[in-house]
Amino acid sequence: MGMTQIREKVDVCVVGAGHAGCEAALACARMGLETIIFTVSVDSIALMPCNPNVGGSSKGHLVREVDALGGEMGKNIDKTFIQSKMLNISKGPAVHSLRAQADKAEYSRSMRKVLENQEHLTVKQAEVCELLAEDTESFENKTAKKKITGIKTFTGAVYECKSVILCTGTYLRARCLCGEAITHTGPNGLQAANYLTDSLKNLGIEMRRFKTGTPARMDKRSLDFSKMEEQFGDEKVVPFSFSTNPEDVQIEQVSCWLTYTNEKTHEIIRGNLDRSPIYAGVIEGTGPRYCPSIEDKVVKFADKERHQVFIEPEGLHTNEMYVGGMSSSLPEDVQLAMYRTVPGLENCKMVRNAYAIEYDCINPRQLFPTLEFKEIKGLFSGGQFNGSSGYEEAAAQGLIAGINAALSILGKEQMIIDRSEAYIGVLIDDLVTKDNFEPYRMMTSRAEYRLLLRQDNADLRLREKGYQAGLVPEEIYQATLKKKALIDAEVERLKNLLVGASKHVQDFLISKESSPLKTGTNMAELMCRPELSYGLLAELDKDRKPLPEDVIEQVEIEIKYEGYIARQLRQVQQFKKMEKKKIPKELDYRDIQSLRLEARQKLISYKPVSVGQASRISGVSPADISVLLVYLEQYNNGKQPDGKGCHRLERSDKI
Amino acid sequence: MKNTIAAAATAMSEAGIGIVRVSGEDAIEIVNKIFQTKSGKKKLIDFDSHTIHYGFIVDEENKVIDEVMVSLMKAPHSYTAENTVEINCHGGVLVVNRVLEAVIQNGARLAEPGEFTKRAFLNGRIDLSKAEAVMDIIHSKNQFALESSVKQLRGSVSVIIKKLRKELIYEIAFIESALDDPEHISLEGYPENLMGKTKEILLELKKLLDYSDSGKMLKEGINTVIVGKPNAGKSSLLNLLVGEDRAIVTDIAGTTRDVLEESIKLHGISLNIIDTAGIRSTEDTVEKIGVEKAKKYALDADLIIYMVDSSVPLDESDYEIIGMIGNKKAIVLLNKTDLDTVVTEEMLAKIFEKEDIVIIKTSTKENTGIDIFEDKIKEMFFKGEISFNDEVVITNMRHKEAIQHAYESMLQVKKSLEDHMPEDFYSIDLMSAYASLGTIIGEEVEEDLVNEIFSKFCMGK
Repeated sequence: MGMTQIREKVDVCVVGAGHAGCEAALACARMGLETIIFTVSVDSIALMPCNPNVGGSSKGHLVREVDALGGEMGKNIDKTFIQSKMLNISKGPAVHSLRAQADKAEYSRSMRKVLENQEHLTVKQAEVCELLAEDTESFENKTAKKKITGIKTFTGAVYECKSVILCTGTYLRARCLCGEAITHTGPNGLQAANYLTDSLKNLGIEMRRFKTGTPARMDKRSLDFSKMEEQFGDEKVVPFSFSTNPEDVQIEQVSCWLTYTNEKTHEIIRGNLDRSPIYAGVIEGTGPRYCPSIEDKVVKFADKERHQVFIEPEGLHTNEMYVGGMSSSLPEDVQLAMYRTVPGLENCKMVRNAYAIEYDCINPRQLFPTLEFKEIKGLFSGGQFNGSSGYEEAAAQGLIAGINAALSILGKEQMIIDRSEAYIGVLIDDLVTKDNFEPYRMMTSRAEYRLLLRQDNADLRLREKGYQAGLVPEEIYQATLKKKALIDAEVERLKNLLVGASKHVQDFLISKESSPLKTGTNMAELMCRPELSYGLLAELDKDRKPLPEDVIEQVEIEIKYEGYIARQLRQVQQFKKMEKKKIPKELDYRDIQSLRLEARQKLISYKPVSVGQASRISGVSPADISVLLVYLEQYNNGKQPDGKGCHRLERSDKI
Repeated sequence: MKNTIAAAATAMSEAGIGIVRVSGEDAIEIVNKIFQTKSGKKKLIDFDSHTIHYGFIVDEENKVIDEVMVSLMKAPHSYTAENTVEINCHGGVLVVNRVLEAVIQNGARLAEPGEFTKRAFLNGRIDLSKAEAVMDIIHSKNQFALESSVKQLRGSVSVIIKKLRKELIYEIAFIESALDDPEHISLEGYPENLMGKTKEILLELKKLLDYSDSGKMLKEGINTVIVGKPNAGKSSLLNLLVGEDRAIVTDIAGTTRDVLEESIKLHGISLNIIDTAGIRSTEDTVEKIGVEKAKKYALDADLIIYMVDSSVPLDESDYEIIGMIGNKKAIVLLNKTDLDTVVTEEMLAKIFEKEDIVIIKTSTKENTGIDIFEDKIKEMFFKGEISFNDEVVITNMRHKEAIQHAYESMLQVKKSLEDHMPEDFYSIDLMSAYASLGTIIGEEVEEDLVNEIFSKFCMGK
């Protein structure tokens, strides 16, 4: 490689154009930074190599939140979905969750179009092989050991930049396994990225290996749908994006299909376990427990007579059908035999076989909650590279990494979303604070304040943050403020609207099978009755002004669940106190003698940004937190007037 | 989380005076609810800062718990710089305990070890230069509390708590897996099931609360170990004290192979009595372990009761026991006085070389001398010659507080079920009941739920 190599200067390089990379690149470019996004194949931008859907329980929340912050995923799925369903509709509003079947090819094509037309953004097909960095020991900032300066591609081109965002997905040293057949490729037979890992290791980054898997795809013409149960989409579709006009998503939908495995299926699997690379010990990566392969299900839940199998279309212009629930790494012949035991799949033809994939990723403890590496300034990362799994988890991290990379270059304060503000906050805090030994999936049970973190109020929670970062346009922000004002005013009005025990009221209540009033009350109190609703009460509320549906929805939830919501708000208040107590980056825990040894070691290795984060590290006890609080008090107040920090307690201070 | 804290500021002992300190925003209002002046006219909230008032602390039925002096210090002029009330009660574990409980029932929570000092520091009442000392206090007090908390818990209680937690986490995991994967796991008919389960758990928690009220949760009391040669009458003594045939009593030497434990109250004093295997050199392995244990218990004991069979001559084993007693508090019972005696008080007193050694003649068979023995224990206790670790009382209260929290969370679950609230609402309360119970046995929540979900329920994709 001679002197004539390409050498360019940009602000940000994004490595990988999956769901994380796309959001990261769009955020940076939209915030005005010259950005270049690298992919091993421009044809596979925003590829969905596994399940053909976006959203689902708690993941749907993430998509909404990404949208509220100014991300693209919600808008893109609204343009390309072929079926949509609100899950958990019989349960509380906090766990309602949107899930849409995507037309995979359309989803990818549509996102590519957005990227290609984004100002300040360049799409580049190239494999990034090396990160360029310099030591920062001599710099003012002693906390990071290195600082990123650029990247180098396989062809030797160098792109100098201020920030790099790694979103390599499952491509790093990827290996696909199907029984005895092993190929060294990324998903869908795409080229793996085999060089970058070494460069990362040279920078001192700790790598690990995870695995995941995907089921087979069948030719639609070979399936007998008469033996399956048809699964329809919702009659009235709710869009993902707060910016999508609900009328635009009332399209003709396609169906999914439900069938089941049986004892015969399980027999075939059990009889061939020795040929599974996992059970034979060939796979070294750690797989996720939440999306087990069918062989895992059969072994671990041996008493279950059948498992559900969802047959889902991969798009409108393909005959491929995804076999949800039956991912596998058994040999191809065993796969075919086992699939053919399932009702409706007796004569199935596999277009693509199921496989397991192994890849390199990092231990995300090396990241700040901003998703910047603690030891390398300017290096950010998101998605499966951070040890997560799922398109939505990836998009959420990519967006935050992108926003923070841009804010950092612009010299603005970083964005940290905490656990009480969004599922995104829970996701990132879990990743960077807790020990995690398998690909991390978002789950509603992980969000302790979930009654507040609903998919219906993501805009009210996060638009402001997106606006402050410069991603949400003024008019959208103003519209959100207006919505908020309408909700508050209506809740207030209903609470103050007195309802007397007149004959008209009592007759109305009896007609709605609600018990008559003993004394006068207010409209909000009546709304709390399970059998009554805002809509039903219109009859007693003649002066009501017409309000938008989304406003009414919020009013209803706020009033009906007020007690529970208030309880969570009090918990959040407590939580926030500790989150607000920031820990200076340069604090040396070795100075705090009263910390237990285990706690001290953990704090040194995790470098938490706040006392709140410190309290969630396993091995740090409440007493250690008390000690830390006392130390910080002294540390912060004990600074000399000349600005020199009181870094070390003098021995004479001991009493 | 409650922000007003309370604790006994003096040792939990039979001292002449005991102080309960309450600190935090609501301190004055909380004490106000349970404090009555003599005239009953003025309320605590009406008084000025830095004044002392005579009156009574009353319980929820308005019955007097104790006659007290209450001092009032308004923020920021107190040790913690917060509103502070100090209740000076008559000493005695029971009284201080009941006053403290009344304060807690009215909205305070039990202070963490070292928390008053921590608050004083964080509120600027302690010089910054003393930070290290403050940190040391927090560190050492917590370390001690943690150790004693787990050590003192009765085995049977920890079994019940573990069982309840196991049931709770299963229910939570079921709900959560259904919320996460509604297409694979259905919650149809589940609320009815859970209602049954909830009622059962509430009953169990109620039992535990009563249990903690009677002080049975912990191995509370003066650790009293009965030692002696085989067949000296140790088990018979225990049976007499306990009033039931708990230990096996036979005439064959060495029948008490292991150790037996029993809590009894003598004149209001809790004794935690451990009956040990007879001490003699033995080849029997089972018995050998028992003997080793007996020696170990004797070492940790607050009081040793040494039983001597006065009908057989002293031998090597007796000398071994006497050596083991050393300087520990001990009472020697010269038993079997109903038989021909070969060992006398004088002989024993001589061997002990201790002036204050207490020797009492008894016959466990004819129940003579036992009343003298009981009086002696009472005397020693009130003279302060024997006492027990006051951490036990505090630990007991902490446990009770945690069970109370769990109980309240379960009541909330019950209410949500009655109101037909969706499942995701009460799973939060189930989780907080689970977490509260965890604090008793020293277990954190961490990844329990996620692990339970994946191990018990088959999730999709």
